[in-house]
Formats: sequence, C-alpha cells, structure tokens
Amino acid sequence: MEEIIFCRGGGCTAKLGAGVLERILLKLPTNTDPDLLVGIDSKDDGAVYKINDHQAIISTLDFFPPVVEDPYLYGAIAAANALSDIYAMGGEVKTALNIVCFPEQMDMNTLGKILQGGSDKVIEAGGSLCGGHSIADEEIKYGLSVTGIVDPKKIYRNNGCRNGDALILTKKLGVGILMTAHRIHMDSEEAFHEAVSSMSFLNKYAADVLKDYEVHACTDVTGFGFLAHLLEMLDGMHSAVIESERIPYFGECDQYVEEFYLTAAAQKNRNHVGDQVQFEDSDFVMEEILFDPQTSGGLLVSVKQEDANEIVQKMRAQQIPAQVVGYITEKQEKAILVKGRKKE
Amino acid sequence: MKHFVDARGLACPLPVVNTKNEISSMKEGESVEILVDNEIAVQNLTKFANVRNHMIRAEKLGENQYRAVITVGTNREEAKTEPEDTSEEEVCIPSQKNHNVVVISSNCMGQGEETLGKALMKAFVFALTKQDSYPEAIYLYNSGAFLSCEGSDSLEDLKFLEAQGVSVFTCGTCLNFYGLTKSLAVGNVTNMYDIVESLSRAAKIIRP
Repeated sequence: MEEIIFCRGGGCTAKLGAGVLERILLKLPTNTDPDLLVGIDSKDDGAVYKINDHQAIISTLDFFPPVVEDPYLYGAIAAANALSDIYAMGGEVKTALNIVCFPEQMDMNTLGKILQGGSDKVIEAGGSLCGGHSIADEEIKYGLSVTGIVDPKKIYRNNGCRNGDALILTKKLGVGILMTAHRIHMDSEEAFHEAVSSMSFLNKYAADVLKDYEVHACTDVTGFGFLAHLLEMLDGMHSAVIESERIPYFGECDQYVEEFYLTAAAQKNRNHVGDQVQFEDSDFVMEEILFDPQTSGGLLVSVKQEDANEIVQKMRAQQIPAQVVGYITEKQEKAILVKGRKKE
Repeated sequence: MKHFVDARGLACPLPVVNTKNEISSMKEGESVEILVDNEIAVQNLTKFANVRNHMIRAEKLGENQYRAVITVGTNREEAKTEPEDTSEEEVCIPSQKNHNVVVISSNCMGQGEETLGKALMKAFVFALTKQDSYPEAIYLYNSGAFLSCEGSDSLEDLKFLEAQGVSVFTCGTCLNFYGLTKSLAVGNVTNMYDIVESLSRAAKIIRP
C-alpha cells in the first residue's frame, strides 16, 4: 500500500496568506440581499441568512491536507475544525457534507477511516452527515461543508467587542509549532498526543457555556494565528492588551521554538499583521506562539469583564483550558499591545 | 572548508533546521552559504540569525532563487541559553571587512555623458554590496555627496553597507555648498582632517 502523501505542512498551515487573499476579495462584488446577515463583506468565515425573525441558517466550509498520519484522527481533526465556525457564530450544527480529494490508486480503507473520523465528530456535534463530494486528486484533502442554525438576534459577530471587555481564549496555542516538530520527527510522544487531542476537541463545549452569557464578539483561532484573528475582532475600532503571562500554550513550544521548528505560515502571519502589534518585551518564544497558525484552534471571545471569571471557571470544570488573556481598550496607536511575562 | 546548505525544494522548518545543524559544527567567524527557493525561508533564516547573534546577508538571485550567507557570531553560546537578553544588544560582526577605503568624489563615474556616468556610479555602489569583503569606510565628497542624500538611487545600497559595519562619511563642506545639509540620509558628516587621516591610514584607496 502506498503511504499517505503528507503535504508540506498540513492543517491550517496550508492556508493561503491573509494578505494575498484580502486583495482578491476586495475586488469581488458585495452582496445586496437584505436577509443575508453575514456575507463576504464581513470578515466572518461563514454566511448567515435570515429565514424568519427567529431562525437564520449558517453555512460554512473548511478542508485541508493531512495534519497527522493516522487517517481516523485526521478526519476527526478536519471535522472539528470545520464544525468550529458554527460555534464561533453562536449556532447549532444541523447537517454536514463531506469534501474529499483522494488519489484513486490509494487504499480506499484509508479514505474510509478519514470519513469515519469525520462522521464521529459530526455525531458528537449533534448533526447529521448527509453525503458529500469527492474528487480524484494527487494529494489528500478532507473537510466538511456544514450548515447550522442560529437565532438572528443572538449571532456572535467577530467584530462586536466593547471597551473594557475581557478576552477569553479556550484552547492552548502552539499546535502549529508542535506539528512542525512532529513532521520532522523531533517531537515527544506526549506533545503529539496533547496536540491531537486539542485539535480534535470540539468547540461545542466552550460554546455551550457561553450560551448563558452576553457575548460581544467571538471568532475561532485558526491558520492566521492568534494575533491576526484578534485583529479582525478589533476591526480598526478598538485596541487590545494581551498579557503574555496568561496565554495558554503547550509547554513543549519553549523548546521547539528555541530549535526553530517554525512554519512558513507563522512568518506569513507575522508579515501580515506584525506592524500592528507592539511587544513590550523582546520575547521571541511568545512572539512565535502568538503568530503560530492553529489547526482547529479554540474560540476567542470578548465578554463583559464581570462575567469573565465565571465563564472561565465553568469551562475549566469541563476540562477546557480556558484563560482570560487580555482586555479591550479604546483605539490606540497600535492595535495590539502584548505585555511581557514577569521575569523570575 | 566551505559550508553549504542546499535547501531548495525544502519546506520550513527544514531550511533553518538544516542550517542550524551545519552551524553546530562551525567555528566563530566561519560562514555558511544557504540556497532557498522562497522569501519566507529567507525571513525565517534572518529571524534565526538575529536570535542567535549570527550575521546574515541575503540576496535574490532570480525567480524562486535566494542565497543567504550566515557568519557565525561571537557569542552564540550565550545566545542559545538566553535568547531574550541577547536579542536586545544587536552585535554586528565585522568579520567580512578589509582595510580599504572607497572614495566617491563625484556623482558620475568616469568622464563623458552625465546620464551614463550616474548609471555607472549607481552600479558601482551596488557592486560594492556584492563583494565578499567590505571596505572599512566610504568617503563621499564634492558631488559624491549627492549619493548619501535623499533622492539618491544608491541610498539602499549605502544603508546596506552601513548595516554591514562599513562607515559612511559625507563631507560637511560639500553638503553645505550643495544645500544638502538637511537631506543626508545615511551615515555621518565628516571634515577634511578626518578625510586626510583616514586616507593616509587606508590599506588601499579605491576610486571609481
């Protein structure tokens, strides 16, 4: 049997650079349908279309090349990543369709396992998997097109944050660094397992906790890295202060960054948004973690300061490694100020 | 021994990781040449060199062809253990400098048509950036002063040379005379005493 062809950097590291994409998207016509609540002119990942005053549908899709060798885990991670967009908008998953690119000469059992991994996640999310579309291709790619529903009055925008809001991040950063070390066989088994379980963990559980609170803005952290996604959230209207010390990340990143197991995608992210970020301290490891592209990353949520601790505690009770990582301020010269870690 | 890493066709992090491995067997002051096929890899190499206090020069050879040369820095062991501290003190390692002094006394190279002379001078300064070793200093006087001022086509090259540790000096009297005092964009101002002293001391004086 032929081996799976591993792309040169799977998962969300395979995304096109944000800068490149933005230039193209700006040239496309914007939408005029008044019932289209969120479309291409917003920086949200999906579309939200109002059916009536109480229901809107969310459509979103995501797919990428293999990020791990194990086909079942790859399927589960790709699915968790695709489903995440629904949760980032405050919705519930209803249906999902497979998106498949697969080499014809390869063992179909491998494809079977990928789809099984994806299907299990859709079921866990409470949705139904209903077919899909497949293409014979040289490299494997897999993901989902997902449809969810949401109350139009309760959509989480990715840019509605307010001054004084607390920012909560619900997964550890650094999976890009961990997977880069893995690709060149320089990682530890524990690090790999930690990364895989984080990537395949559904954002559903964090979203469920948020339902009882006022959410001002929400997005999921993926290929453009924490800082670029935060920047989208600020939308040129606000600034944010990030406290490095509170950023949850995989401990192995310290060592792997020192060894320069860094992706091209992280550097693209730095090129794209680096000039809008002020780092208080020179802390190379933390910078790389904050620019690191995440595959199936956590939710980044902007909530009222007084609710933040309670939300984090409820999430922690469900094994979600959530943290308050900073807060929203009035617009400053630099969009993001990253405060240094305390020296011991 | 010549150190060489061909990282063309390799995805990040391999260009940096392979370079790092090559450097582990190299001594202070030695250089490694690295070929890569994309600019992001050059940027990652630059990041690596800066954090580890190595010196790096990079250039684009052609479409998807980049060449970087990293010279192993003096305090790389400390750099390895305390990256936060060392990145603040930017150390420029002058291992690639000779004791020659370049004198540019005109904005034209040679005598003849002015347009040609200017083009030749621009090419001369650019070629200086591509030499294996750099001069100790560059002195610009008379209409040569135009080269270090705003609007000059050679600014980027002079800035690059300065970043490599080459001193760039422009004659103050000349800046005054041409009304360029406020336009100096690279290097420092100098006077006749310095010029005489430096030219007297130089191993070789190079005049285009």
